[in-house]
Amino acid sequence: MTYLAKSILLVAGLSLAACTNAGRFDNDGTGAGAGSDAAIAGSASDPKSPLYFQQAIGDRVLFEVDRQTLDDEAKRVLDGQASWLTTNADYNVIIEGHADEQGTREYNLALGARRASAVREYLISRGISSNRLKTVSYGKERPIEICSEESCYAKNRRAVTVLASGLTG
Amino acid sequence: MMRLIGTFMMMLVAAGLFVTPAQAQNGPLRIEITDGVMEPLPYAVPDFVPENGAASQMAVNIARVVAADLSGTGLFREIGKEAYISQITSFSSPVEFADWRAINAQALITGAVAVEGDNVTVKFRVWDVFGGQELGNGLQFAGTTGGWRRMAHKVADEVYSRITGESGYFDSRVVFVSETGPKDDRRKRLAIMDYDGANVQYLTDSTSLVLAPRFSPTGDRVLYTSFESGFPRIYILDVANVGRRGLQSREGTMSFAPRFSPDGQRVVFSLETGGNTDIYLIDISTGAETRLTRAPSIETAPSYSPDGSQIVFESDRSGSRQLYVMPATGGEAQRISQGSGNYGTPVWSPRGDLIAFTKQSKGRFHIGVMKTDGSAERLLTASFLEEGPTWSPNGRVIMFTRETQGAQGQASLYTVDITGRNLKQVRTPDGASDPSWSPLQK
Repeated sequence: MTYLAKSILLVAGLSLAACTNAGRFDNDGTGAGAGSDAAIAGSASDPKSPLYFQQAIGDRVLFEVDRQTLDDEAKRVLDGQASWLTTNADYNVIIEGHADEQGTREYNLALGARRASAVREYLISRGISSNRLKTVSYGKERPIEICSEESCYAKNRRAVTVLASGLTG
Repeated sequence: MMRLIGTFMMMLVAAGLFVTPAQAQNGPLRIEITDGVMEPLPYAVPDFVPENGAASQMAVNIARVVAADLSGTGLFREIGKEAYISQITSFSSPVEFADWRAINAQALITGAVAVEGDNVTVKFRVWDVFGGQELGNGLQFAGTTGGWRRMAHKVADEVYSRITGESGYFDSRVVFVSETGPKDDRRKRLAIMDYDGANVQYLTDSTSLVLAPRFSPTGDRVLYTSFESGFPRIYILDVANVGRRGLQSREGTMSFAPRFSPDGQRVVFSLETGGNTDIYLIDISTGAETRLTRAPSIETAPSYSPDGSQIVFESDRSGSRQLYVMPATGGEAQRISQGSGNYGTPVWSPRGDLIAFTKQSKGRFHIGVMKTDGSAERLLTASFLEEGPTWSPNGRVIMFTRETQGAQGQASLYTVDITGRNLKQVRTPDGASDPSWSPLQK
């Protein structure tokens, strides 16, 4: 029920953004950690827009249980992200690491950090400057799928690259 | 086994737990808590006697909280007032032991309450009904009307202590995370309450995600992790005035899983840098940091032994999550957990004899205890998801988080005896997780 409501809100947000063709997506890093679920500015047909980054390039990679290994599909997505970030050099990013609910709070925070860090290291290896890349882990605190089955867990074991402009400090 | 030592058996010596009066020669009432329960001890706690008109309601309320505390342990069973043969109408009149023996009340608790303005005085006595004598001496507590529940808890602690020979745990508090909202939009804030769920107060609002509060050894301060800066960092909060400050902050790192040292002057915690999590120590007053582990694996959830000499923690250095013990200054760690599955969130008992933990095995979660060398592992509970044990002040009860399965999953707090018996939910206004149990209040 709640999930349905949220999906509708998201769609509404996207169409609004498409109408106004709003500018750069701002994120000061203090959000609720659902950055990838928030309405993203820009048009999906504009290759320079954050919405294009999220939808056409792909803003997230998924992981196996208890692992932070990047598989070939993840590397393909991250190659795309690196290429986009090279072209759009005034965007910085926060990489959010997440875990599924099967595990203790503390371990999942540490595991999410490993995942975020694996993405960060990969992007650095593809030429993105380390000072554009911050990481944060939410552990199991911010699931996007809420069932207690592998179909949901698989989507929650993720690292999401959230665009931000003008990161300071 | 919890043994109920009969009225005519010799009393075992309780060393220094309460002031033992000279009457203790005849083998009176006694429960020895050892390894499990048989029959709970039947007792009666008639309404306390109001010593003035203003005390009439409170005299009833206090007796009811005493009964809830005692029966809530699973060690005692209250005999309802409908069975009473004689009534207690005066605190000083002799007790008609035969009337209480006839309904098989082995212990009888009598009391009196006086209220003068905002001040409350509670007097009580514990009677060994079959021994026909008082157990210990009458005691009196004074307090304010707003603190009447605490006075009831103090009475119950004293009764528990006289009958079991161990200190109680009722006059204590729990700091925890209060949860509202659906699973994909959960709001969390710090809250504090009495051990039984009464008197909930909120310590933070829900604008920032907060996790895993931990009481200081004297209960005056709380450590917790908050995302208020956008990144997980440790904060220290003063319970009395709710003032707080960041404890540790290093750019590009995350800090979490804090716990106080037994002297309350240092904090052991996890620090993540470059994706790797290790255990560090920080001096609260100077801010000086010491790194205690140095491994590419995850090291987290540290907890001190009560004497401050050792730290138990969780690590996946072997490939699965296991529990390790190292000297409090760092150095070589010994693996203590030996079973299959994953172990986490170890917490040293206040008695020093056991370590409570979370175990994940075959798709289920358990709260368990083991000796500090890892032997004698016992799983106390099992469910879809549970974690984060915390010890009662006397080391007899464990409170933990249990989360139900599925899209509507909710977290709540439960308690269980270290015998695995008496599993109960703690009532909270909303969802609740990550409890930390205070010491007994002064």
